[in-house]
Amino acid sequence: MTRQARYTLEYPHQGTLIIRFAGTWTLHSNIPSSQELSSHIGQDINSIAFACDELEKWDTRLLIFLKTTLTRAYKHNIRVDEDGLPPGVRRLLTLSKAVPEQTASSRPATDNLVTRVGRSTLQAGSQLREIATFTGEILLALLGLLQGKVSFKPRDFFYFVQVCGVESLPIVSLIAVLVGVILSFVGAVQLQMFGAQIYVANLVGLGMVLEMGALMSGVIIAGRIGASYAAQLGTMQVNEEIDALRTMGISPVGFLVLPRMLALMLMLPLLCVYADIMGILGGSIIGVTMLDLSLIEYLEQTRKTIQLSQFGQGILKASVFGILIGFAGCLRGMQCGRSALAVGEATTSAVVTSIVLIVVSDSFITYLLYR
Amino acid sequence: MNSSAPVITVRNLTMAYGNFVLQRDLNFTIDQGDIFVIMGGSGCGKSTLLRHMIGLKPPAAGSVWYGSDNFWELSSEEQASIIRKAGVLYQSGALWSSMTLAENVALPLQHYTDLEPDVIAELVTFKLSLVGLAGFEEFYPVQLSGGMRKRAALARAIAMDPDFLFFDEPSAGLDPISSRNLDQLILELRESLRATVIIVTHELASIYAIATNSVFLDSNSKTMLATGDPKTLLQQESTHPTVLQFLTRGTGKREVCTV
Ligand SMILES: Nc1ncnc2c1ncn2[C@@H]1O[C@H](COP(=O)(O)OP(=O)(O)OP(=O)(O)O)[C@@H](O)[C@H]1O
Ligand SMILES: [Mg+2]
Repeated sequence: MTRQARYTLEYPHQGTLIIRFAGTWTLHSNIPSSQELSSHIGQDINSIAFACDELEKWDTRLLIFLKTTLTRAYKHNIRVDEDGLPPGVRRLLTLSKAVPEQTASSRPATDNLVTRVGRSTLQAGSQLREIATFTGEILLALLGLLQGKVSFKPRDFFYFVQVCGVESLPIVSLIAVLVGVILSFVGAVQLQMFGAQIYVANLVGLGMVLEMGALMSGVIIAGRIGASYAAQLGTMQVNEEIDALRTMGISPVGFLVLPRMLALMLMLPLLCVYADIMGILGGSIIGVTMLDLSLIEYLEQTRKTIQLSQFGQGILKASVFGILIGFAGCLRGMQCGRSALAVGEATTSAVVTSIVLIVVSDSFITYLLYR
Repeated sequence: MNSSAPVITVRNLTMAYGNFVLQRDLNFTIDQGDIFVIMGGSGCGKSTLLRHMIGLKPPAAGSVWYGSDNFWELSSEEQASIIRKAGVLYQSGALWSSMTLAENVALPLQHYTDLEPDVIAELVTFKLSLVGLAGFEEFYPVQLSGGMRKRAALARAIAMDPDFLFFDEPSAGLDPISSRNLDQLILELRESLRATVIIVTHELASIYAIATNSVFLDSNSKTMLATGDPKTLLQQESTHPTVLQFLTRGTGKREVCTV
């Protein structure tokens, strides 16, 4: 139905070239190469005209073709008569030239290696400063809170408490029970050789209370809550919501960061205690079903092993993790750039930073306590 | 070139979010080459009407026809092939923030045509120069001002030389001169590309300057109060008082305001 795009060249008299377009010239049609045509535009020609009576359909594809031709013609000082072109083509051509061309003030330049190294070094420095400022702002907001100045909406706080507390219970239960099962499996294989199955209860109990309860709930919350804090604050950064708070004289840290961090600091220790109990229950399942222990025996052995101070140790760790996760999540969110990509990066970085901080601080605390 | 049958027909359209009905019984037609203006107060459902027309939201009742096809009863491939002929400028610009301007404009071209990369690059430069942004190819949307972003989004909307152009408040955020240039550009695009333009705007000056047809939505009565050329509506005795208020900027004087 539509015919192939083509052009023919006519030389009515010496030095004059008429380009006759025919067929369909659109984005979807097969267009002849403009280099071909350019090679015909040279010294021996002094004026170019167009004929479009056989042109069926056109869009900006034709304009691009023409632009190349015209540029070449102007370079050779050839007179171009645009009258033969369809009125729409002529108008668009003028328009593309007429709109005052704003020249880009600073074209984003590509840096060389030295510049890049220098810049990232400076960035690392300013990162540290940002972290310090952020910590300071949090402490100030906290101080304000202690003086009875609530800078956020209580409803927000309770919402975050609900999300990171109650709504995390199912996943924490699942993981904690399974960790308990795994620990008791690992222990059972060894202890059974000495007929000392009952000590599986010691292993699981201590393992959960001292270490795994806090660690596992920390990692889960880092993925669940730390990531969502970063994404929430990052999106608010993109929408200029945080700037809007600032210009109204509301501290974004007090209003957005503090309720989030408080919710985490409050809920993570509780989740940790809950995970401890679930882990011990998980261990007891193996004890009862595979090691011929009775449930009472198992729980009694656990009770004898664990002291309250050991629970405290897990809770201490969980509190520290809570602060670190909240800090990493909110910091990354507040530092977020203004694009969808930046929000993604902030989220990932929040989780990675949290998990690294959790493991490092865990080793540090353990070292301090057992030195 | 103009065919007499309307290219878009809206019939008894009811728009709702859940149980919240925005508008009912919308009826109007848009002809080939029209510049059709959707008018109405803030929050009356203009952007939502656009969403119904570009296939983003199915109507609660009623239908949208493209030619003789009932859009919402077509298969999803047929819907896609109609939407491909439409260019949309969203109210918020909606440029992809992780891509440069050139990549933003080039994406539909790369997706739907078999053009060589260098041809695409030339097309991109050409489209950007139409909106006065030549030289900004390598910039990211965040590096631009609000009005420049709007113009870049316009360049993206016209990337594929669409048959239908949908604009949601294109001149919001532009200075009067740029706003007038934009009107000029819209007129040029309609003339040169033979496109049909559907545009949401509050700018009376540009309504009188470019509109050939319009519809007026009202949020109190939850229905349309008028359709037709705004200049005619202004003169007619039968025009609803609310529409007149809007068209005369509240003065009630029936004169075309121009800039
Ligand atoms: N996703 C949504 N869910 C529920 N209600 C919505 C949604 N989007 C819009 N609305 C409601 O629909 C109504 C119309 O919205 P719409 O964006 O269409 O208005 P508009 O006419 O374009 O206004 P404006 O001129 O301010 O852009 C508003 O009252 C809004 O509250
Ligand atoms: Mg709107």
